[in-house]
Amino acid sequence: MANTPDSSPSGAAETQPRALGSNATARGPLESVELLSGQPRRRRDRRFRLLCIGTAAFSVLILVGLLGSILIQGLPHLTWTLTTNGPEPDPQRAGIRPAVFGTLWVCLICGLLTLPIGVATAILLEEYQPKSRIGRFLYGIIQLNITNLAGVPSVVYGLLGLTAFVSMFGLFGTAASDQDTQTSRYEIGVRYFDQFFSEGERAILIPVDSASAPMTQPVAGMTALNFYGEEIQPTVLSPGQPLPTDETLQYTLYADAEAGRITQQAWYYFSLPLGRGVLAGALTLMLVILPVVIISSQEALRAVPGSLRAGALGLGATQWQVVWNVTLPSAMPGILTGSILAMSRAIGETAPILIIAGIVYISRAPQHLMDDFTVMPLQLFNWISRPQEDFHSLAAAGIILLLGILLSFNAVAVLIRQKLHKPLS
Amino acid sequence: MSSADELTGASGKAQLDERVSTLLRGERRPLALVRARELVIYALLLLCGLFSLLVTVAIVYVLAAETVTFFRFDEVTFSNFFGSTNWNPLLGGQKSFGIWALISGTMLITVIAMAIALPLGLITAVYLSEYAPKRVRNVLKPILEVLAGVPTVVYGFFALMTITPVLQWLHSGFSVYNAASAGIAVGILCLPTVCSLAEDALQAVPRALRDGAYGLGSTRFDVSVKVVVPAALSGIISAFLLAIARAVGETMVVALAAGSLPQATIDPREQVQTMTGYMVQMATGDVSNYGTEYYSMYAVAATLFVMTMALTLIGNIVRRRFREAYE
Repeated sequence: MANTPDSSPSGAAETQPRALGSNATARGPLESVELLSGQPRRRRDRRFRLLCIGTAAFSVLILVGLLGSILIQGLPHLTWTLTTNGPEPDPQRAGIRPAVFGTLWVCLICGLLTLPIGVATAILLEEYQPKSRIGRFLYGIIQLNITNLAGVPSVVYGLLGLTAFVSMFGLFGTAASDQDTQTSRYEIGVRYFDQFFSEGERAILIPVDSASAPMTQPVAGMTALNFYGEEIQPTVLSPGQPLPTDETLQYTLYADAEAGRITQQAWYYFSLPLGRGVLAGALTLMLVILPVVIISSQEALRAVPGSLRAGALGLGATQWQVVWNVTLPSAMPGILTGSILAMSRAIGETAPILIIAGIVYISRAPQHLMDDFTVMPLQLFNWISRPQEDFHSLAAAGIILLLGILLSFNAVAVLIRQKLHKPLS
Repeated sequence: MSSADELTGASGKAQLDERVSTLLRGERRPLALVRARELVIYALLLLCGLFSLLVTVAIVYVLAAETVTFFRFDEVTFSNFFGSTNWNPLLGGQKSFGIWALISGTMLITVIAMAIALPLGLITAVYLSEYAPKRVRNVLKPILEVLAGVPTVVYGFFALMTITPVLQWLHSGFSVYNAASAGIAVGILCLPTVCSLAEDALQAVPRALRDGAYGLGSTRFDVSVKVVVPAALSGIISAFLLAIARAVGETMVVALAAGSLPQATIDPREQVQTMTGYMVQMATGDVSNYGTEYYSMYAVAATLFVMTMALTLIGNIVRRRFREAYE
């Protein structure tokens, strides 16, 4: 087995006495044989061990360097401003609050969508064995497909999301640009108004049916709403007439006044195609982490001993009763751990969100599922790619926050693994 | 325990009979209903399983359809796309779509990354599997897990803020954005992947092989390098291929640290643009959303997808087909 040319059978046999110790010096000629066979090999072993330790120390060093450089640069900027403010042009006052809420929304929805589908797929593959040849073939394809999906770069999922969710394959008509709202889209939970003036609370709003309706011309006797949504009767003057000086001035306008179209979206606002909103981002992230959730759930299910299933089946349980009452509860810690780790991957994922949402200025938390959004890593990317030094420090502070969230996620996963894990066999 | 005590004795037996009879009377559901429920559940599970297939189909369809649209444009030709190293999609008059400029950038980054990740990852895996005492394992494993869990945008920050200044300090020829710094960061990022996959492969080698080698007088080095690593070779190669696929598809690090000048160069001090970097540039820039450059994003993505898909497929096949079965 030992392949060095100088390890002759006699040499291999003679290593024994030397290892035993003191009388080795007494036999001169054999000593030289040993030296040839044993010493270089042991020296090589020692050297390799040193190399190994050096390599391992290197990865520790990398982690220390990574965290150290971020902490040094970021800690002075880690203030409450960071968590309370939006992304302002002044680095001293800029914060990451809208991005934190964006991450929260996207990851929550993504988790709610991914968990059922992922666990269901894992149950199908692990618990429901195929009965026919076609079934086995199908299972093989699904399994191979999942391992391959796990290797697809996340930026490709971003492009898929851009076509499949943001514009929905152009089924609802392709927009000429993002700002173009004149396309046909299906919407609920939205109201359109034509607004005359916006000077504080002095406003006249005329409800219109759709975004593409023609602009309202002021006519006498039309009904309108004021700033508070109360119905009012605006006075329409022809051009050139003098304005009244009493309080009716507030609701008086000239006939040639021009309106602006505004939209008012409820919290349940929904539209198809999804546009560059929270839901499109969450669906895209779902595609990214689905293979991860499936694979880790499969491993958790596989770890449940077969005797438990056999016992339940023997008591007359149906396949689903076995899964629901026996296998799934026992596999829960493993599934939860895997899912939490998948979620922390979703939190850190930047590229697909970048493709979906782009770099846009977002100053508030998302208000509904279709709202524009940004996520923490995307905001950090934005800051890092700016030339100013101050933004880099700000990004470092944001990274500390992000890593803190991720580490607490991992800690929860480790806790679940330790607390809930009971040996089953 | 106590309930079992209750159930012994005459009154206990009566109680038990009572319980069994209620169970038999009340809990029974019609068999047809149970069967129907099972069927519905199975159908739902199957739908979820088929969803993952649908995702693949959708990826292939979207990339193929948009790439076809891209090649329909007059300014795009096959010979230009596959035969040129000049990628210049934005300048009005002289557009050129030579994918090799982006592929060479990707390959340069990948080679640098793999020069770091493969040897270091494999040696760390051998150390963890064959040499390391338990105490060291308990420290090293979590560190690698943390390294694996750090978001890629953080590695991009590290490359730009730490690695690049160090490189510039070592040698003044490095530009602010350079391939070496991005490559090193991608290598660090792939290190945990290589390490954990390779370690899995090493751990799967049965103990008996090691014991046999030790019995013949081998040192740990002999056992690790001449017995265990060859026995686990298929798993190790598959780990390498998956790591390469990961490096090829890595996006945020190269977008931040590698620069945005597509050029075919092998000088790691220069800035390069990768396929993923180009997509990020398109997504962040204010390019018109429906012109050639927009569709070029899909053509690049299709190329990237084909490359990574081939690597992962081969990796998985190598692992399954060439695995040495010892049991």
